[in-house]
Amino acid sequence: MTRGKLLALLPPILFGISFLLAWETFVVVRDIKPYLLPKPSAIWGQFHGNFELIRKATQVTGTNAFIGLLLGVALGSITAFVASRFKALSELIAPTAIAVSAMPIIVLVAIFNDLFSITSEIPRRLMVTVVVFFLVFINVSKGLSQADATQLELMRSYGAGEAEIIRKVRVPHALEFFFVALRQAAPLAVVTAFVSEYFGGLQNGLGSRISQSIANSKDAAGWAYVSGACLLGLSFFVLSIVLERGAMPWKARRSSR
Amino acid sequence: MSDFAVDVAGVSMVFNQGRPNQVGAIDDVSLAVRAGEFISLIGPSGCGKSTMLRLIANLIEPTSGTITVNGKAAAQARLDGDYGMAFQQAGLFEWRSVARNVELPLELKSWDRARRRERALEMLRLVKLDEFADHHPWELSGGMQQRVAIARALSFSPGLLLMDEPFGALDEMTREHMQTELTRICAETDCSVVFVTHSIPEAVYLSQRVVVMSPRPGRVAAIVDVDLGDRSDDTREASEFFKKVTEVREALRGFDRDDRINALDDR
Repeated sequence: MTRGKLLALLPPILFGISFLLAWETFVVVRDIKPYLLPKPSAIWGQFHGNFELIRKATQVTGTNAFIGLLLGVALGSITAFVASRFKALSELIAPTAIAVSAMPIIVLVAIFNDLFSITSEIPRRLMVTVVVFFLVFINVSKGLSQADATQLELMRSYGAGEAEIIRKVRVPHALEFFFVALRQAAPLAVVTAFVSEYFGGLQNGLGSRISQSIANSKDAAGWAYVSGACLLGLSFFVLSIVLERGAMPWKARRSSR
Repeated sequence: MSDFAVDVAGVSMVFNQGRPNQVGAIDDVSLAVRAGEFISLIGPSGCGKSTMLRLIANLIEPTSGTITVNGKAAAQARLDGDYGMAFQQAGLFEWRSVARNVELPLELKSWDRARRRERALEMLRLVKLDEFADHHPWELSGGMQQRVAIARALSFSPGLLLMDEPFGALDEMTREHMQTELTRICAETDCSVVFVTHSIPEAVYLSQRVVVMSPRPGRVAAIVDVDLGDRSDDTREASEFFKKVTEVREALRGFDRDDRINALDDR
């Protein structure tokens, strides 16, 4: 990292620290009760003390989110690809996908829970897959169909066949849209895996732990689990950015200018 | 016969034939481009000059008539890579370096990597951009991008260049510079060129013949022969140059006036 980049990190870090300090001071000075708002130092204490439990719960939710994300991204991309080759298919799926993306489909997890055994991780993973699938499908379809008109005419002027046009124009173009989708889908996968836990099924993930802690008046512990959820969401987001930089170096060079 | 780079015979083009929105874009155009000749197609918007270029490129098929390129059917010429093409948008692939943009047509023609690279650098030298080979397109100005597009169009030595307002999006200074560069490149490569433009001075400066087209449907209204010898910046100030500009302008006005009279008659 260069000196300039390190300097750029300074303001957000300073802001974060002063925010935590202000919070701590506010709770102490105004004597806020812990069940309303615990102190950051208490949350940190709980985080530290329950680290193993938090790590396990994060791992459960994280694995569900990750497997769902992987399946959703794979199925969404493949379907978009197939649909782009068969107009009838895309005319069938595209409106459905757009309609579905406007619905709170997360409630489907209640139905998935009924379909599988009570000790199964599948319903939550399935839920993440469904949510991610539509997001990826819509974006990749758009990317595959909206290639630059001049580039397409050029390829035809070279006598290029449809397969070459897909490989050299449509896929690189869709890559950008793919990563736009992934950047949204990665944190969304965590949110979905997390919220899915509120609809019953196994009680071993972050979502369940948070509601249990709050219900048992262990508020600081609840907040410690919330911190775990925040870290999980962030790490998924960072992962998507790292992948994007790796897959599209020309883009990274451009935005760093 | 194959003295002609392009031979257009009795070509008409009707879009949406038989439907309510039927449009006659080109009506019975015949036109021959000699090998090594530079001709411009000029006319107002909607006169079918871009359509004409796409017909020669076989990007669309004519409704009637025949088009021969290098003595072959236009479709065969396209598959054989007999022409290179450049558009108003440079149409560079932003995920490829400048050199790899120039290499693209060679990749499609299965040249091996070393030969591709060598030719790309050679072409970039021709357009004076070899030091930018490993840059990406967005690092280049509009004029530089357009020069890359020309290098790409010439990379497989096509012998015929089809250009659709390639300098239309450039500022006047860059534009004149690009025109000078293009005449130099054509002289060095012995290329025939069909050049679509709506700029009269550009058409006169570049061409040996200026084909004036009239709109709705597109027809050849006049052909102006231009003989200005070797072009240089002095050419733009020569009285012969202005005479030709006037001649083309009057040819363009001729049907414009007829058009207006027709429009009055229609009322």
